[in-house]
Amino acid sequence: MTKVSMTVNGKAASGEAEGRTLLSSFLREELGFTGTHVGCDTSQCGACVVHVNGVAVKSCTMLAVEAEGAEVATIEGQAAPDGTLNTIQQAFQDHHGLQCGFCTPGMVMSTAALLKENPKPSEQEIREYLEGNICRCTGYHNIVKAIMAASGQDVSAIAAE
Amino acid sequence: MYEFDLVKPATLTEAVAALGEEDAQALGGGQTLIPTLKQRLASPSKLVLLSGIAEMQGISVEAGVVSIGGATPHGVVAAEVAQSYPALAALAGNIGDPAVRNRGTIGGSLANNDPAACYPAAALASGATIVTNARQIAADDYFDGLFTTALEEGEIVTQVRLPVPEVANYQKFVQPASRFALVGVFVAKFADGVRVAVTGASEDGVFRWSEAEAALSGNFSAEALDGLSVEAEGMMADIHGSKAYRAHLIAVLTKRAVAAAV
Repeated sequence: MTKVSMTVNGKAASGEAEGRTLLSSFLREELGFTGTHVGCDTSQCGACVVHVNGVAVKSCTMLAVEAEGAEVATIEGQAAPDGTLNTIQQAFQDHHGLQCGFCTPGMVMSTAALLKENPKPSEQEIREYLEGNICRCTGYHNIVKAIMAASGQDVSAIAAE
Repeated sequence: MYEFDLVKPATLTEAVAALGEEDAQALGGGQTLIPTLKQRLASPSKLVLLSGIAEMQGISVEAGVVSIGGATPHGVVAAEVAQSYPALAALAGNIGDPAVRNRGTIGGSLANNDPAACYPAAALASGATIVTNARQIAADDYFDGLFTTALEEGEIVTQVRLPVPEVANYQKFVQPASRFALVGVFVAKFADGVRVAVTGASEDGVFRWSEAEAALSGNFSAEALDGLSVEAEGMMADIHGSKAYRAHLIAVLTKRAVAAAV
């Protein structure tokens, strides 16, 4: 076991990890950030997406030790300290972009990464960016709407299917 | 995952030394190796992380050659060569998904040489040079069948040098679950001829389609490929596509790539 230290949502955090400990396990089990979900554990579903040094990664496919010294952002850091949802989270709620909510932490973190790169993505760009995030409830339609809304765009153009 | 020791070298020299030990394995971005370790399909005693080696990062463009550090992630390639080598940027920007592209590296992809990976097609079609800690290997001598390359035990891909073609295009028929290429064709037109590299199709991994190269070198148009086809024998077959289907896709995608490159 080695000591691993990182900054999570702006605060210093450290814990013990084996070489094989995944970042997702470290965040959840060692540091208690259980908002990061592990859906498939095979890099497919994206529920575990967090940001490491400003870019989205699948935390189930990165070793905790690789994030030594990194700035990590998780779903817990998205809302304001008093619990007020941020724009993306509020848009997901307003547009029913979640049902069971299991995939939502990854969806929100991927969306945050997308909007940082591309503040006004088209519907097609949103769908392409979410290729690595799987939702088994909503059929994606309302997620896309939520992201259009979160980026200040008109959602009425997205026809119901 | 089985247990392993982990070392984080800061220099290439340290990494090479660490990889000299028995059962040591290099870890690039880990987007293939970590899932493989989870399934216990690999059990190295030591993993050597390449992500902390500054000299293996970054991209430079000089005299018509794009040089990419072996530990450079796909996402960085997609963003940084968009002007200098657009077809390569488009290929890099369509590997896996955005999160995978932020971790997976060009050196890792070429060292692994998955028969359905995209980068081998770009390297072979570009006539790239694979630079390692020990030597330089021409792409034509590098790929050696499924998951097999000219790399020796413990040898690290430190840089990939890709000559920029006059025009080029990569057409990928995406296997939607894995996001690998069911078939992918990279066409690159240089002043002295055309190179066509095919991934995802052959039982022998990435290969050059020489008949198409000859036809296109004389007449760089989709019509030049009329009547040309690839033998189904020797193609891969799985639940997603038969040998004949893959062979057919090669011709279709090559035409599309030429049409898009013109």
